[in-house]
Amino acid sequence: MTGLLQLLLLVLTLNNLALLGVDRLRSLIRLITLQGVLLAGVLLALDHILLAPAVLIIKGGILPYLLNRTRRRIGAEPHLRPRFGYGWAVLAGMGGLLFSFWLEGRLPMPPGLFPPLLLPAALTTLFCGLVLVVGRVTALSQVMGYLVAENGIFLLGIPLMSAGAIWFELTLLLDIFVAVFVMGIAINHISDTFESIDVNRFHNLRD
Amino acid sequence: MLEVLFLFPLCAGLLTLLLPSRTVRRGLLLLVAVTHLVLSLLTLLAVGRGQTPSAFFGLMEPDAVGVLFLTLASTLFCAASWYGVGYLRDEALKGERTGFQDGHPFTNAPERRFTACLCFFLAAMTLVTTTRHLGALWMGIEGTTLASAPLIYFHRHQQSLEATWKYLIICSVGIALALIGNLLLSIGFYRPGLVMEEGLDQVGIFVDMAREVRASGFYGVQSPWLQAAFVFLLVGYGTKMGLAPLHNWLPDAHSQAPSLVSGLLSGALLNCALLGILRGHQIMLAAGLGDFSGGLLVFFGIVSLFTAATFIVGQGHYKRLLAYSSVEHMGILALGIGLGGSAVFGAMFHAVGHSLTKCMLFLLAGNILTRYHTLSSYDVRGLRWTMPMTGALWTAGFLAIVGSPPFGLFVSEFLILKGILSQGRWLVATCYLLALAVIFVGMSIPVLRMVQGTRPRDMQRAEPESACSVLPPLCLGVLVLCLGVYTPVWLENILRRAAALIGG
Repeated sequence: MTGLLQLLLLVLTLNNLALLGVDRLRSLIRLITLQGVLLAGVLLALDHILLAPAVLIIKGGILPYLLNRTRRRIGAEPHLRPRFGYGWAVLAGMGGLLFSFWLEGRLPMPPGLFPPLLLPAALTTLFCGLVLVVGRVTALSQVMGYLVAENGIFLLGIPLMSAGAIWFELTLLLDIFVAVFVMGIAINHISDTFESIDVNRFHNLRD
Repeated sequence: MLEVLFLFPLCAGLLTLLLPSRTVRRGLLLLVAVTHLVLSLLTLLAVGRGQTPSAFFGLMEPDAVGVLFLTLASTLFCAASWYGVGYLRDEALKGERTGFQDGHPFTNAPERRFTACLCFFLAAMTLVTTTRHLGALWMGIEGTTLASAPLIYFHRHQQSLEATWKYLIICSVGIALALIGNLLLSIGFYRPGLVMEEGLDQVGIFVDMAREVRASGFYGVQSPWLQAAFVFLLVGYGTKMGLAPLHNWLPDAHSQAPSLVSGLLSGALLNCALLGILRGHQIMLAAGLGDFSGGLLVFFGIVSLFTAATFIVGQGHYKRLLAYSSVEHMGILALGIGLGGSAVFGAMFHAVGHSLTKCMLFLLAGNILTRYHTLSSYDVRGLRWTMPMTGALWTAGFLAIVGSPPFGLFVSEFLILKGILSQGRWLVATCYLLALAVIFVGMSIPVLRMVQGTRPRDMQRAEPESACSVLPPLCLGVLVLCLGVYTPVWLENILRRAAALIGG
């Protein structure tokens, strides 16, 4: 199982860098779907058998479906509009990865808690999510950034999960689902009101 | 009792979505508010007597700080609902109209959704204030964001949508960072081979573990993880609490939301976010790392005070003025709590006074907006002629919020100053007094200009103001005044116990 876990974490890390490099909305949603599936795989590899299907359904199925439905409904532009170049974004992601490895080496790690690669993979996922939130100008890609960042936090929490607290993990998934649902509704309104989902148009409220 | 406190607003919210009659929905809202207030007061009395009410196998088990914030949230919700009945009745008559901010036509969101979200918002705040499980607290705070976002977007125009989006994204990302703080705490207390206690009073378990480790004198790997955890909790919940420089969403959301929602956001929600930080501070104190967490709170407190002072001076938008005043008061709370000692009691007292006063002022701002159709303090003149009751309360509210005697905030700000001076921190005292003085002057100019001055020519001298629009802020104002002249023994008792939990 350790070999499988390492492989999954490696693919997840590469997936993060790919997220920052793609320029099409549909590709971004596909990569987020893959991330949900990989997370479910990591859970399975770490023997969280009850939680893995729930993650697969919500993060690998329902949430990408909601994102796709919103994309279709508002007729979103196929290309993402970055605030800075894709190359710079990928470079920032790689910087985040290196920083995560450096941090793992510096922190006094509780022995036996984190399997190898998990902490850097989680931190890189979180970092890439935050880069997506600030580095893309459409409201939909900000939601996707939020989702990726949340996936990173979820990954960080996996070694701490216990069988007794599964209610918490399930409620957390429900919370994220409701958050994305509410954000989806807001994006529909933004599209109708501003005739675009470009957040650069938000300049009414300033001091 | 606690089960009803949480489930009643939740079920009422769901029922509201199904009820066809507006009158019944508004009646249900009032029923929820009054029932919740009565139950909250009973819980407060029980905790005051030393009992530990518990529900859902210990998931809800409020301590003194929690029950204090629960009662505050409930009181404000009651006032806001009372105000809301009149507000919703008036709004229902208006239909589509032109926005005075941008000239575009807009309508309101369906009233049933608004009422339901108000109930969900109350349920989420109840969970936050009554639980000592850090995960449930996090979920409750995320729940408050999701329930209150549709409330901010009640008036469906561009400005409120922009404010709602900023609120949703900034607070959701901020709260996600707070979740990392929770995880880091668990990592900090992780010991290989030791099966951790699966209790729902996580704060209590962590505090006990921290004391044990402190007593053994062996910190091992714990300390950096705990410090990192507190930083994430502070940044995460601090974003929601409106601590500068993480406050960007706050002036937008508070200025664009309907006034009763602004009152709840400012008076009740910010306290809920503060509670998240207090839980982290509680654990840090037990671990002997109180100087680290206290120092950070003092730093953010001072930054918030100066940021608020900068934006309050020359602020022409009276609801943004109140929003920046909230940033100021969150700064004062962080400062008082971070200093420790006697200042913590002052901070707890300040939380009570600020919540009541700020909700009162936002409700009055709603009355002014309804009458003058402008958010510019330059265009509002002669309040004492056109709206005598609102004008008088607006002046009283201003005096209360800037900490003038005989209102409660004077007492609390003075107690915090006494706490600073007793520690000999002259630089902090100078910054505190300087910021308060600047804010006093900065707020007095627009407020007094609005009350005084000649009324606009096209405006009638005085129209009768409805009871729903005046009595709720009046009641809140009376409470703030009473706090300044007399503190009941039961309140002092609960404040002392709350302060004792967080280093007071």
